[in-house]
Amino acid sequence: MSPTTMTLAKALNAGLRRSLEADPKVLLMGEDIGRLGGVFRVTEGLQADFGPDRVMDSPLAESAIVGTAVGLALRGYRPVVEIQFDGFVFPAFDQLTTQVSRLRFRSHGRLSVPLVVRIPYGGGIGAIEHHSESPEAYFAHTPGLKVVTVSTPSDAYWGIQQAIASDDPVIFLEPKRRYYARGEVDGGGVPGPLHAARVARPGTDATLIAYGPMVQTCLDAAEAAAAEGHQLEVLDLRSLSPLDDAAIIASVERTGRCIVVHEAVRSGGLGAEIAARVSEACFLSLEAPVLRVTAYDIPYPPAKAEHAYLPDVDRVLDAVDRSMAY
Amino acid sequence: MDPVHDPAFVQLLTPEGRRVDHPKFAYTGDDASVAAHLRAMVLARRLDAEATALQRKGELALWPPMLGQEAAQVGSASAVGPLDEVIPSYREHAVALAMGVAPLDLLKTFRGTHMVDWDSRALRFHLYSFVIGTQALHATGMAMGMRFDGLVGNADPAANGAAMVYFGDGATSQGDVSEAFVFAASYTAPLVLFCQNNQWAISVPIARQSKIPLYQRASGFGIPAVQVDGNDVLAVQAVTEWALDRARRGEGPTFIEAFTYRMGAHTTSDDPTKYRGRDEEASWRAKDPIARVRAYLRSTGAIDDTWEGHLANESDALAERLRDEVVSLPEPVLADWFTRGYVRTPQALLAQREEFVAYEASFVEEATA
Repeated sequence: MSPTTMTLAKALNAGLRRSLEADPKVLLMGEDIGRLGGVFRVTEGLQADFGPDRVMDSPLAESAIVGTAVGLALRGYRPVVEIQFDGFVFPAFDQLTTQVSRLRFRSHGRLSVPLVVRIPYGGGIGAIEHHSESPEAYFAHTPGLKVVTVSTPSDAYWGIQQAIASDDPVIFLEPKRRYYARGEVDGGGVPGPLHAARVARPGTDATLIAYGPMVQTCLDAAEAAAAEGHQLEVLDLRSLSPLDDAAIIASVERTGRCIVVHEAVRSGGLGAEIAARVSEACFLSLEAPVLRVTAYDIPYPPAKAEHAYLPDVDRVLDAVDRSMAY
Repeated sequence: MDPVHDPAFVQLLTPEGRRVDHPKFAYTGDDASVAAHLRAMVLARRLDAEATALQRKGELALWPPMLGQEAAQVGSASAVGPLDEVIPSYREHAVALAMGVAPLDLLKTFRGTHMVDWDSRALRFHLYSFVIGTQALHATGMAMGMRFDGLVGNADPAANGAAMVYFGDGATSQGDVSEAFVFAASYTAPLVLFCQNNQWAISVPIARQSKIPLYQRASGFGIPAVQVDGNDVLAVQAVTEWALDRARRGEGPTFIEAFTYRMGAHTTSDDPTKYRGRDEEASWRAKDPIARVRAYLRSTGAIDDTWEGHLANESDALAERLRDEVVSLPEPVLADWFTRGYVRTPQALLAQREEFVAYEASFVEEATA
């Protein structure tokens, strides 16, 4: 594939297609992913091309989707399952945290669960309850699961293939508000490793650490800050478990200031984990405390209040000002 | 399989509007009661159509249409007694109206200005539930509590109550729903499990979800079940009254499969042309729940042009009022929501609220400086 501009959703579709072509053991399963092509159309056309046995419309039961995928994985398949919305993953939480994450450990390393769980996540789309959640911390807190997310079509295209190739289970978080953001995908390009962070914009004055939907928000904030003379570095984590400590530490040691930005609520979130690691590893390089720009510690509010609930450019810049003024 | 040929299928009013007998169930109301059902169904359909239109105009974020399911909802809701509790899914708009939810309150959630803004305890109509099937367990627990509270099996029927939970065919695949069957049976819960089988879980047909008619599943849990024509308001009421009475008498749970059809999309975000044919929709349009009641009442002379004219005016007025009210709803203020998550808001959360309020105020200061 020559470099092509496409949406993040289309890039996922292309990546899934390539994995289905490359390995007959790859199976897709989920609610409405076949005939309908998924509610976000990420799997559009795949059932028509690969058949209903490889792109399966499932009954409505998330625990069953993940639980049966475990069995399929134990039989040598590589299931890629879709949870329709972030808020609907919790019926499968038991399977994910007590089974998927631990089968390797429980079997003394004999068993692998090469399973990918795709979850559209995050808010900003004016949705009703349970359709705007950011549940990543639950999974990042679960040893045995890998948790990744993407912010660009290129990462989506390569990341989904790398996740499918992983012999360990991967929670693959797709920022639904960026599904229709366009970017270049180079099918011939060599991708970075799945668990490596990426400097999305280099800078010298402070590091903005973000992932998924907030990467673009931070890039916009960095652009605005540049007009005021601040050069902000934006680090796109890409992987939330494991975290790319080396990339985080290198950036913060360079800039001396660190602001973590995520849509998820603040307490017990990824920001807390990153702040702890930065304070442990970069204490002497820090010019200011690590700050967090996050949602507030309340459930996701009615959609017409989400603009005030979610981090935006202004809130990021406000934190940058506080960090600079420290 | 067309269940009309199943001897267990309960129908009391044919799609043509003809009353038919059933060996076990009978509708005991008079034509004035049937006319009241017609009115309730017409008004609910109008609300549903208006909400769909408001979504198309961008005034609602989303709407899950109820079109086609009016009889299943109006018929079952009319069997609810003064001590009964109703636990809905998210498409029970006609039940909501019957239980006294204000039309505007129903739409608030879907405009994105409110969470679920009706007094569920006072109305005995609980919160809409958007995670499929979860409410079945809550209903079972409520029913267990009603039994523990002595609300079943009293000699005076007026002292008895029961719970009724609504869910769809899709939800029957969820573990929570099977678990609700188990617990309801184990504890002889006074519960009616009311499934509107509208044939489609978004794009997945009932054939993918069950190899047997859904009502037959209940016997495996030791729960009696009835399959009823969900587009026949008379049959639905008769069957639901029987099931609620059983529950109130202390005889335990009943499963009702109301065989119906979702004439519209799953929600306004859905496009059914991608997964089902027009022929199927047309065949169900011929079984419309409202048309058959109108035909019947016309045939008996219980309603006439004047009666229908009044109803049309009432329906127009409802739609007009709703349009005006919806666009006038105030925007939510995030600061209000910090103190709604806990009985006593933790200190750290109050501090976050102060931080938020100060941050918001800083823009006002900038603007006025």
